[in-house]
Amino acid sequence: MAVSRTLEPPKVRVGPGEWVRKNLLSPWYNALLTVIGLWILYEVGRGLAVWALTQARWDVITDNIRLFLVGQFPPGQIWRVWLSLLFSSLLFGLGGGLWGGTIRQFACALGVAFFLLALLPASWATRGWLIGNLAAILLGYGTGVWGQGNPQRSRPLRYATIGGWLLLFPVLVMLLSGFSGTQVLPRVEAGLWGGLLLTFLLSLVSIVLSFPLGVLLALGRRSALPAVRLFSVLYIELIRGVPLVTVLFMADIMLPLFLPEGLRIDRVVRAMAGFTLFSAAYVAENVRGGLQAIPEGQIEAARALGLNGFQTTFLIVLPQALRLVIPANVGQFISLFKDTSLVAIMGLLELLGIGKAVLANPAYMGLQREVYLFVALIYGVFSYAMSYASRRLEIALGVGER
Amino acid sequence: MVGSEDIIICEDVHKWFGDFHVLRGVTLTIKRGEVVVICGPSGSGKSTFIRTINRLETHQRGRIIVDGIELTDDVRNIAAIRSEIGMVFQQFNLFPHLTALQNITLAPIWVRRWPKEEAERVARELLERVGIPEQADKYPAQLSGGQQQRVAIARALAMQPKIMLFDEPTSALDPEMIKEVLDVMRDLARSGMTMIVVTHEMGFAKEVADRIFFFADGNIVEGNTPEEFFSNPKEERTRRFLSQILVH
Ligand SMILES: Nc1ncnc2c1ncn2[C@@H]1O[C@H](COP(=O)(O)OP(=O)(O)OP(=O)(O)O)[C@@H](O)[C@H]1O
Ligand SMILES: [Mg+2]
Repeated sequence: MAVSRTLEPPKVRVGPGEWVRKNLLSPWYNALLTVIGLWILYEVGRGLAVWALTQARWDVITDNIRLFLVGQFPPGQIWRVWLSLLFSSLLFGLGGGLWGGTIRQFACALGVAFFLLALLPASWATRGWLIGNLAAILLGYGTGVWGQGNPQRSRPLRYATIGGWLLLFPVLVMLLSGFSGTQVLPRVEAGLWGGLLLTFLLSLVSIVLSFPLGVLLALGRRSALPAVRLFSVLYIELIRGVPLVTVLFMADIMLPLFLPEGLRIDRVVRAMAGFTLFSAAYVAENVRGGLQAIPEGQIEAARALGLNGFQTTFLIVLPQALRLVIPANVGQFISLFKDTSLVAIMGLLELLGIGKAVLANPAYMGLQREVYLFVALIYGVFSYAMSYASRRLEIALGVGER
Repeated sequence: MVGSEDIIICEDVHKWFGDFHVLRGVTLTIKRGEVVVICGPSGSGKSTFIRTINRLETHQRGRIIVDGIELTDDVRNIAAIRSEIGMVFQQFNLFPHLTALQNITLAPIWVRRWPKEEAERVARELLERVGIPEQADKYPAQLSGGQQQRVAIARALAMQPKIMLFDEPTSALDPEMIKEVLDVMRDLARSGMTMIVVTHEMGFAKEVADRIFFFADGNIVEGNTPEEFFSNPKEERTRRFLSQILVH
């Protein structure tokens, strides 16, 4: 059996010097723009660096780091947050070892981050946990690499890792909220979750739940059943016609009215419901775009082969449509991640809310720059990570290579 | 005796697209193992007609009976018919997110419920038969048009159909690829498959077809054996059509 090899076209390699001359300096006005640009960059960068290193009072961050990260989560129970993190680190390590590629890059980035954070001044307990996370990544990675070469070992390991990812969410919720009346895992009201932890949980839950909901709505919008179609259209258009703030208010105030007497749901859960319902409408419209891009011939071919409608949708149409809308959906999820800051209006303190609360403390008056810069940096890092993962996913799934 | 020999029976089949009367009383009977070629001008309803046979289009009057099963709205009938009829399209319609092998094994696994190993074994045999065993793990975008169409034929054959429908299978292909697809179809015809082929490849028709039908304005104008059809067309319209396509 012949193995066909494709020859790469010869690459014209352009050296950095050549590139600079061609793109930055070539006509005189480009050179001028380059000089002006560099000068502005230099001035701003220098100002920022001088300020950050000499004037800024970073103690507002370091003093309140626990608030920023977990809000009012009881200090005695912080180990539960750490344990959740440890579980995810292990999964990242395992995934990186087994599949390599982007997951390995993420695992490495996480490991480096844990290592660097452990170098910062912090309590020994914190350092211990950070090092523990690093160890979990290494352990997972080592196990993954050990299993990866051998199909007999890699198969169960892969299933276990995927199972772990699926279990991550319920495990996280159980660990964090605990059970009332128990000694080991006493209940921590979700109202106490805050800071980055809350930001993460809100985004994670809304993303994970709004995706399937949005896909169903998109399918419903093309359904042959008029009632389903009508419901989907109404839902999507209604939600998209209303600002997110309004949806959150509705979730906060209206949702309890629909629930039976005596059943009270937590404010955080209400916020999650609001974000999920909101995001689902946008996901649905993205997915609808993808569905429309699938040629009729695909459906005809599937039908001609004897596949039923369900199989045609889930084996032929959706896999192609969802690939096409990865960029749009990740964009939606990134904005959702940042929009979680709106829960402030429900009285919940996520990352940004904590920032505001800290600034309200007279001891830290006038330190907006430090606080907001720190918050922006965190949002930036995680948004970039998502967008990077999306691009890698597109490449891995071969979007646009048709 | 004749009843069991007739695998496709169309009686006075009519179809409308809105006000437009596409099929105007097509009557045609095809025997088991017969190879039938349909030709005719663009827009005459050839595609629509063969698509009614596996019910990708519904007819509104008349009867279509395939292998003893009448095509009605009954879902079970449609499923039964579709798994007995393979179809090959002008635009191939391969599934771009699946490899050639996966394209072929999909329906046997999900419709016939074959075990994966069995489906793959059969798929590899079919790829061998259409002459591209080495392309099994490539995606459609990595294959030439001719290779794609041969995968599409293998995909249809994997369901072990009793009848194969071809709707202009070579019209989207470059000349040098047409031959490789026609070769596969010729082998298939020799193996005794019942085939209905919409095509303008008159060389293929002459060599392989048992009967040729000329289609115009939603109905069969005339049908005959290739010898008679080409040497002695009865209708004026057929003669005009033949002179047009045989000239170039
Ligand atoms: N879904 C549809 N809705 C409305 N009109 C249609 C539809 N499909 C086909 N038609 C019309 O029906 C007529 C017959 O179409 P059909 O595709 O069967 O022709 P054809 O003989 O296969 O032509 P060609 O050689 O160009 O493929 C054409 O006039 C076409 O415009
Ligand atoms: Mg046609």
